[in-house]
Amino acid sequence: MKAFAALIDGLVFMPSRNGKLRLMADYFARAPDPDRGWALAALTEGLSFPAAKAGLIRALAAERVDPALFAWSYDYVGDLAETVSLIWPERPTGAPPPALGEVVERLQAARRMEVPGLIEGWLDALGASERFALLKLITGGLRVGVSARLAKTALAGFGGREVAEIEELWHGLAPPYRALFAWLEGHGGRPETRDAATFRPLMLATPLEEGDLDGLDPAAYRAEWKWDGIRVQLAACGGRRRLFSRTGDEIGGAFPEIVDAMSFEAVLDGELLVARPETRGGDVEIAPFNRLQQRLNRKTVTAKMLADDPAWVRLYDILVEDGEDIRPLPFDRRRARLEAWYGRTRPGRMDLSPLVPFDDWSTLADIRAGARANAIEGLMLKRGDSPYVAGRPKGPWFKWKRGPLLLDVVLMYAQRGHGKRSSFYSDFTFGAWRPDGRGGDELVPVGKAYFGFTDEELGRLDRWVRNHTVERYGPVRAVSPELVLEVAFDSVHRSTRHKSGVAMRFPRVHRIRWDKPASEADRLATLEAMIVD
Amino acid sequence: MTAAPKPESWVRVLPEGLYVDPGGFFIDPPRAVDRAVISHGHADHARPHHGHVLATPETLAIMRQRYGANAGAAQQALACGETLRVGAVDVRLVPAGHVLGSAQVVLDYDGSRVVVSGDYKRSPDPTCAPFEPVPCDVFVTEATFGLPVFRHPPVAAELDKLLRSLALFPERAHVVGVYALGKCQRLIALLREAGHDRPIYLHGALKGLCDLYERQGVALGPLEPATVAGGGREAREKFRGAVVLAPPSAIADRWSRRLPDPVVAAASGWMRVRQRARQRGVELPMVISDHADWDELIATIEETGAPEIWVTHGREEALVLQAGKLGRRARALALVGREEEDDAG
Repeated sequence: MKAFAALIDGLVFMPSRNGKLRLMADYFARAPDPDRGWALAALTEGLSFPAAKAGLIRALAAERVDPALFAWSYDYVGDLAETVSLIWPERPTGAPPPALGEVVERLQAARRMEVPGLIEGWLDALGASERFALLKLITGGLRVGVSARLAKTALAGFGGREVAEIEELWHGLAPPYRALFAWLEGHGGRPETRDAATFRPLMLATPLEEGDLDGLDPAAYRAEWKWDGIRVQLAACGGRRRLFSRTGDEIGGAFPEIVDAMSFEAVLDGELLVARPETRGGDVEIAPFNRLQQRLNRKTVTAKMLADDPAWVRLYDILVEDGEDIRPLPFDRRRARLEAWYGRTRPGRMDLSPLVPFDDWSTLADIRAGARANAIEGLMLKRGDSPYVAGRPKGPWFKWKRGPLLLDVVLMYAQRGHGKRSSFYSDFTFGAWRPDGRGGDELVPVGKAYFGFTDEELGRLDRWVRNHTVERYGPVRAVSPELVLEVAFDSVHRSTRHKSGVAMRFPRVHRIRWDKPASEADRLATLEAMIVD
Repeated sequence: MTAAPKPESWVRVLPEGLYVDPGGFFIDPPRAVDRAVISHGHADHARPHHGHVLATPETLAIMRQRYGANAGAAQQALACGETLRVGAVDVRLVPAGHVLGSAQVVLDYDGSRVVVSGDYKRSPDPTCAPFEPVPCDVFVTEATFGLPVFRHPPVAAELDKLLRSLALFPERAHVVGVYALGKCQRLIALLREAGHDRPIYLHGALKGLCDLYERQGVALGPLEPATVAGGGREAREKFRGAVVLAPPSAIADRWSRRLPDPVVAAASGWMRVRQRARQRGVELPMVISDHADWDELIATIEETGAPEIWVTHGREEALVLQAGKLGRRARALALVGREEEDDAG
């Protein structure tokens, strides 16, 4: 438990991604089995202990600590696990501190009524840091700023493998991952899995840069729309069905209607959207991205959400058909297989993303420029002879996003960044003008941007913020409304969560208009006119 | 023989601060007064412009360093252990273990004894004399860390975090946020005890008090200014793998940009609470405090044997409650001017 607690503490405070990777790889190298496997499961949110709830922890503390002292302490600390870990008055029992593996295995085997006694004994045997790690572990959600993907990346680094290899194996394995570690350490073979519904790492596209098209032969490429949803993989093999996000996280729990529709034997690549198929003319009506956002990052879903925002998948590719891995086939052959398969199978809640015919690049540029639907993010270009490979090779696939929308806004607030940027004001909240109801104008915040500028520009922005501060709220400064930023964004939607009633997608600083007076910045009405629903 | 006077009849809270009636002086008043007894040199206890100041010689030296001509029109030194009659009160200063020169103020009046702790700690500190408990009728205690979640771990283990990080990241500067008086010098002394003999680099705001400590006989080893004269790349190379000390406000601000890829550390009792450390952008928190933690507060209350406990500043309500449960009459003295000072933790 000591090594795991040190890892958790290290991760909590480590601001940099590389630092976190180093800490995790170091832990995997040093901790024994099965501890490291359980730690990996905890980091990838693969552990849960239904009998160990926050209420139980609170009740244990209440038996030992005065309620008023506990309440003041909790109020100050703000986190239950941390409060209990710090306040716990130990009664040394002489019992040795438990190993992580022992904690997990005994909790999994325990009957519900035995759980409080087990936890109490461990709290007595451990120090404050280890108690914190224990309580975070068993109540779920470590919150150490590590995604499952980052943990797998650390694992790949530790074993000298590609993260894609780990992802492909991942869903066929179970904690504490002994065979996986043995393989990564070179004293065991690649773990075999009978479960075929595992994640196949996605093939990604590189952005099309200025001038890229000049060197490309239009006849060698196919074009299709890039839909504004989230990229998913549908794996239905041998009776198992899984819906994966682009990083290999399983998200089927939040989209049961898609999982229900997966009554086939195939692995498919597509875009998850919110859509209503039953519109006039038979067209599928795609809802704006913010409707999909309502359904993301949830473990479960309500009947109302299923009714209001039904999910849909628009299919791009087929990777496995009836147990045959066809990723090595060229795109054109896979596309033919996909169309034939779709024609035979006709799965519900899915359709094919159509190919966009074109003769030359200028025709395609016109098609791209003419696309007004909000659900379209741009175009994808895929070489007809490209096999499906993991990662982001440059050349076979390009994404050609629609030109961004632009707006001149006024800087209102600036906040300090994190990590390397912690001494800089680098997160900028900006506003647009609207009538204040008294015959004048006022600024209303419309978005926040924290990239799009160079280091040099950041230095200049930082100085500007410090010299134009009118008020401070902790790490945030309000500045006098004088600086105009030209922000770029992909689209804009109505939002009830924002005071302005609108929310931008991917806003970033496009140019800093040192020259432009704030009074000439854009109005909220201009932004509202850009909404296409 | 008549009964001794009730403590609250001769030590009272006035708008200017805690007042000792029969002596005609205030203890650590937050604003300028005619006569003041000062427990130690931190700015929330030692204010400038008093008419007459009584304190330990070290505290007077610290006040002169900080306030120059405004350190007090008349200054009178009283060494720890000696007794001075002021008005009708015997005043004695007893080490508090907080910072160099810090003292408890022991007041005897007509058979009644009140001890005002000032700030104190019980864990060892190579830069100042250790706290001595004094039996008394009323113990006036601080409560900076007066919640049972504040339990400072052993200092050696906390210091070890810094030493291990220096070994792990020899290419990075380690900038540690420390309060200028006390924490700075204690951390240096602890590093020296642990065998760290490289030069330690100091933010300009820390130099004066380090010099003063050395003049007072506290050896701190090689110290150098954390300046980058000439500003070139080579000027920064010296910081790699070195310990750089700066006030907490500077560690995540513009000043720290001169350091190569710094590990941001801080040494403070507040570092016990993770969220608090994270808010301050600290990636290497060390729980090293110059204040008593919860267990030390309780132990000290018991050791003084005082039947009555007054709590001056910090998280009074929890300590008052706990002292009550220990059979003490306890109350909070609503003193103004003692803001929660994170940096002093």
